[in-house]
Amino acid sequence: MTKNSTDNSKRNLSLFLGCIAPNRYPGIESATRKVMERLGISIKELEGASCCPAPGVFQSFDKKTWLTLASRNLCLSEALNADLLTVCNGCYATLADTNRILREDDEAKAGVNEKLSEIGKGFSGKIEVRHIVEYLFREVSPEKIRDVVTQPLDLRVSVHYGCHLIKPSHERKLGSVENPSFFDELVEATGAQSIEYEDKTACCGAGGGARSAVQDVALRLTEKKLEHMQKADVDCIVDACPFCHLQFDQGQFELAGLQGKEFSIPVLHYSQLLGLAFGYSPEELGIHLNRIQNTEFYTKLGERAENKFPGKKLGTGTDFGKGGVPT
Amino acid sequence: MKHPIKTSESDPAFFEEIKEEAGAEKILMCFNCKGCSTGCPVTDVVPQYNIKKLLRMSAMGLRDRVLNSEHLWYCTTCFRCQERCPEGVKTVDTMLKLRSIAVKNGFMLPDHKKIAESVMRTGHGVPIDEQNRKKRKELELDELPGTVHSCPEALEEVRQLVKACGFDRLAGFDQSSPA
Repeated sequence: MTKNSTDNSKRNLSLFLGCIAPNRYPGIESATRKVMERLGISIKELEGASCCPAPGVFQSFDKKTWLTLASRNLCLSEALNADLLTVCNGCYATLADTNRILREDDEAKAGVNEKLSEIGKGFSGKIEVRHIVEYLFREVSPEKIRDVVTQPLDLRVSVHYGCHLIKPSHERKLGSVENPSFFDELVEATGAQSIEYEDKTACCGAGGGARSAVQDVALRLTEKKLEHMQKADVDCIVDACPFCHLQFDQGQFELAGLQGKEFSIPVLHYSQLLGLAFGYSPEELGIHLNRIQNTEFYTKLGERAENKFPGKKLGTGTDFGKGGVPT
Repeated sequence: MKHPIKTSESDPAFFEEIKEEAGAEKILMCFNCKGCSTGCPVTDVVPQYNIKKLLRMSAMGLRDRVLNSEHLWYCTTCFRCQERCPEGVKTVDTMLKLRSIAVKNGFMLPDHKKIAESVMRTGHGVPIDEQNRKKRKELELDELPGTVHSCPEALEEVRQLVKACGFDRLAGFDQSSPA
């Protein structure tokens, strides 16, 4: 994957929150705002945005509805004359794919605009959809991030790309899907070490509506992935997606309850890892609000977490209720 | 043979409907290399699940077998098979089309229906709850995100679009029912 030759870093950005970041893992939202500010990148608020809507379930329902609701979110960013920034692979899939489909397919665009006219909106296709990880790689670069890091991290990390950040590759154009490297480079810019593990590009198990409808199947995928990470003896998982994040964090809790299998691997979104390397405390980044709490991890963070964390044990986190969560 | 296929089961109109999805006709290009199912993370944990089989059945017009298969809902849409297919078969795109045909025929799963209803009622597939209001305050974020949760008129727009698309009827949802 190469960086863009044109300077897209000068373009305005709006922050698309989606559902799971603001409503289940607000630490990801908080961390995203903090790291973007530290990097000197201003972001506009996307007031009134809705669910993207979730690519797996909504495309399984009705493509026209999926495109129409997604295009409304794109219109909000178009009105701000800003590219739309997501922090979630699912939102990225829905919004980037809708943007592309409506730009390429006049018939689909006309159909969507007919619906949008009922609420006084229209899709034009003038903005780009970005994912925070590919944005930071292309527009900021691992080298520049390394320069901004104030407290390099001494952590062994399992990087989880997730699926829809890089696939379908024909649409994403982010290099190899079998052996990608850009996210690892961003993780290593924090001082952390990205540890190779078996079947690294495998799915977390949550997507496609599997978590909500066939939760046992979804969890079996998650368990496999966690086993491979555990074998690599890592300190934490770093993901690019709140839904993968939920599946790993809440999934570990569920696996412990259902099978008595405890992994106890902390789960961080990249914005939270970056926040730690910028000197923020785990509390400021909402890492202490995760289900899975691991004392050793906080010990490894040293002064950053000093005296702030008695070290919660597995199961003392917050109850999510039954896993009826989409994508 | 456990369940022999009868020619009377084949409904050519089913394949025609599937082909409404651009590229879905490529399932006829499959030459059984099994690259799709070999790398599938779901097949890895549920060996009976086989996306190649579902797509082949679809091309043969086996409407009832496909639409009634619980395996239709196992795919996590990870796109690994679609990336690896040497013939460029749109495995995942076709699977999503199959599901939408199932939904049109009344096969929406109850857990998926809940998500659809949540979007229609709140604008979010996963709406805010009490615990997370507290978490947001603790993090010095606004108690409610600046999404549809803070803009009633934005939620009204979402509902209007849902109606305009006929999605409320598709999901069997009456918008006048209490939130």
